[in-house]
Amino acid sequence: MNPCAVIGIGQTKHSTKRDDLSIAGLVREAALRALEDAGLGFRDIDAVVIGKAPDMFEGVMMPELYLADALGAVNKPMMRVHTAGSVGGSTAVVASHLIQSGIHERVLTLAFEKQSESDAMWALSPKYPFQPPLVAGAGGFFAPIVRSYMRRSSAPAEVGYMVAVKDRQNALKNPYAHLHMEDISLDTVRASPMLWDPIRYLETCPSSDGACAMVLASEGAAKRSPRNPAWVRGTAGRIEPAMFAGRDQVDPRAGRDCAADVYKQAGITNPRKEVDAAELYVPFSWFEPMWLENLGFAELNQGWKLTLEGATALGGDLPINPSGGVLSTNPIGASGMIRFAEAALQVRGQAGAHQIDGARTAVGHAYGGASQFFAMWVVSSEKP
Amino acid sequence: MREVAVIGFAQVDYPRSDDDEVEMISGVVARAIAASGITKKQIGFTVSGSCDYLGGRPFSFVTALDAVGAWPPISESHVEMDGAWALYEAWVRLQHGDIDAALVYAFGRTSQGDLGNVLATQLDPYYLGPLWPDAVSLAALQARAMIDAGVCSEKQMAEVARARRGAGKGSGTAATTGGVDELLAAPYVASPLRGHDCAANTDGAAAMVLATGDLARRVCQRPAFIRGIDHRIEAHALGVRDLTRSTSTELAAKKAGALGRRFDVAEIHAPYSHQEILISRALGLGSDVAINPSGGAFGANAYIVTGLARIGTAASRILDGSAKSAVAHATSGPCLQQNMVCVLGDER
Repeated sequence: MNPCAVIGIGQTKHSTKRDDLSIAGLVREAALRALEDAGLGFRDIDAVVIGKAPDMFEGVMMPELYLADALGAVNKPMMRVHTAGSVGGSTAVVASHLIQSGIHERVLTLAFEKQSESDAMWALSPKYPFQPPLVAGAGGFFAPIVRSYMRRSSAPAEVGYMVAVKDRQNALKNPYAHLHMEDISLDTVRASPMLWDPIRYLETCPSSDGACAMVLASEGAAKRSPRNPAWVRGTAGRIEPAMFAGRDQVDPRAGRDCAADVYKQAGITNPRKEVDAAELYVPFSWFEPMWLENLGFAELNQGWKLTLEGATALGGDLPINPSGGVLSTNPIGASGMIRFAEAALQVRGQAGAHQIDGARTAVGHAYGGASQFFAMWVVSSEKP
Repeated sequence: MREVAVIGFAQVDYPRSDDDEVEMISGVVARAIAASGITKKQIGFTVSGSCDYLGGRPFSFVTALDAVGAWPPISESHVEMDGAWALYEAWVRLQHGDIDAALVYAFGRTSQGDLGNVLATQLDPYYLGPLWPDAVSLAALQARAMIDAGVCSEKQMAEVARARRGAGKGSGTAATTGGVDELLAAPYVASPLRGHDCAANTDGAAAMVLATGDLARRVCQRPAFIRGIDHRIEAHALGVRDLTRSTSTELAAKKAGALGRRFDVAEIHAPYSHQEILISRALGLGSDVAINPSGGAFGANAYIVTGLARIGTAASRILDGSAKSAVAHATSGPCLQQNMVCVLGDER
């Protein structure tokens, strides 16, 4: 398998409504920044891999067809990935495979969502067979899972508020983040309305317009890039069915298997010690402790203690979501890729005000569907 | 590159399915695996193609997973594209060396809506989509451009349609009585396209098992080796493209090593008769090649499935020993915007 490096990263300024841009304009803003970072132009790119969540979010079927021109993909191979909420991660994984297999030298990968063009609540309320339609969006679906975690772990309600505050404070150091809430505090989170019991308004991700792009490159192409590359040390994806008797939705086995696979590839045996920063897909605050356990950073039902002790804060020994995470920025289809890209920024030393000093190994994580689709990568400042 | 071969393929099609997606897929997945000679446990990667806009609901691929038995959890991916591109992703994944077999499947139930209108939502949403041109009308613009450029005639189109409809055994095959003159007497659907020029939309699913060289040779008597595969996209707007050529097919054919090669069989993904003529030219096919002996899209034409089915149908001819070499083509987007070319061969 050939080495693969991240040599360019670009994001849009994420916000509720980017009505200054068309969909094509939105993806170009991210793509051009990634190319500039890599010191390249569209002509240097061999293939384009694009991802987004359901087409119903914008009301455009297979929008990549229309975006081929805007992304400089004409006469090139172009692929479109869709693996629910994990898609931003899966898209980067598919793109990395094009490098690792030796097929291409430089691949542009991009994920986006322009949620202001449609109604995400509606598009996130699919009808499952033999179930009454919830029509309550993702929050309605995940609230019972969060409640179950709180009951199992006996974690105090404060933990959820702490994650909500920490990620919004981190976002203040990230100029691309959607939410910049100067006055966020435990009190404001606690006082915010209950949306889907036990999830409060300020424990919930926003709905964003945004895009994220990366240029992935072979070893030869990485050598010629102007800035530090982030080396891909492992990629993995796992899924399990949405429903079956005995399925554990709080601690899904697909997530555990995905993490075990990617750590093995990266030679990580103790993720708590060996990972310097992680960007985990946390759309509702309680998913931080849940994923800490699922991904092997903490023992079962103990993840909340890391949050409570401050280990996951910017100055802690395991900073989680230094960028502000999904809780601060959520263009759904792009959210996974932003996690992967932010992990790469950390090991490249280019995360700016939210840089973790000396970060050498970082994890990017995304999940989707009914906590059933998982995509992860491990990136490092060291070549494999 | 590691050698990769098709070792099992199965397809199902109906004019209108009463089965749901899971029921359609479970049958073809089971048949493709049974035909392949390997067990489900040997499959290291699963990838599918589907389209939410056919069912009018998000995440249609999620419930479809029940058909493949994703427990214990499996390594999986999904493209919102024709299954041919899922096959491409599997072929790339098999290059890594850590796994030896992959499962690819695709499904599409066009009967849940009016596909011609549904496809209008795949157009540029600001300038073209709001005009709501249906897919048949756009294909007609291309046919008209080809006729005006002298690339083909309505008579040649009718000849293609008549031959494919005669060969097709799928549920989409409507009986065509009479000769070309009688076909040409029929009214236009969208000038210059008549009913016979347009493949009927059907419901269906297809599944394929791929294996790398050693495993393929061990379990399969005549693996259908993928000797070359490539895909390319063109600009979206019809006005900036030369609709009388398929430059992306020409480029993909070159990259896949299809040009100047002799083939026993060509399976072309052409839902309209003029598009088969255009793609045959782009592939440089001579009169010695059997083009769409299966009837192509005129046999069965389930959106999302048809491209993968072309590759699977071509591979089946090598698997059953009735052909030594084949070229297969898949397309996506209005007026052949995106195209894939796959070269298949036996042990040679």
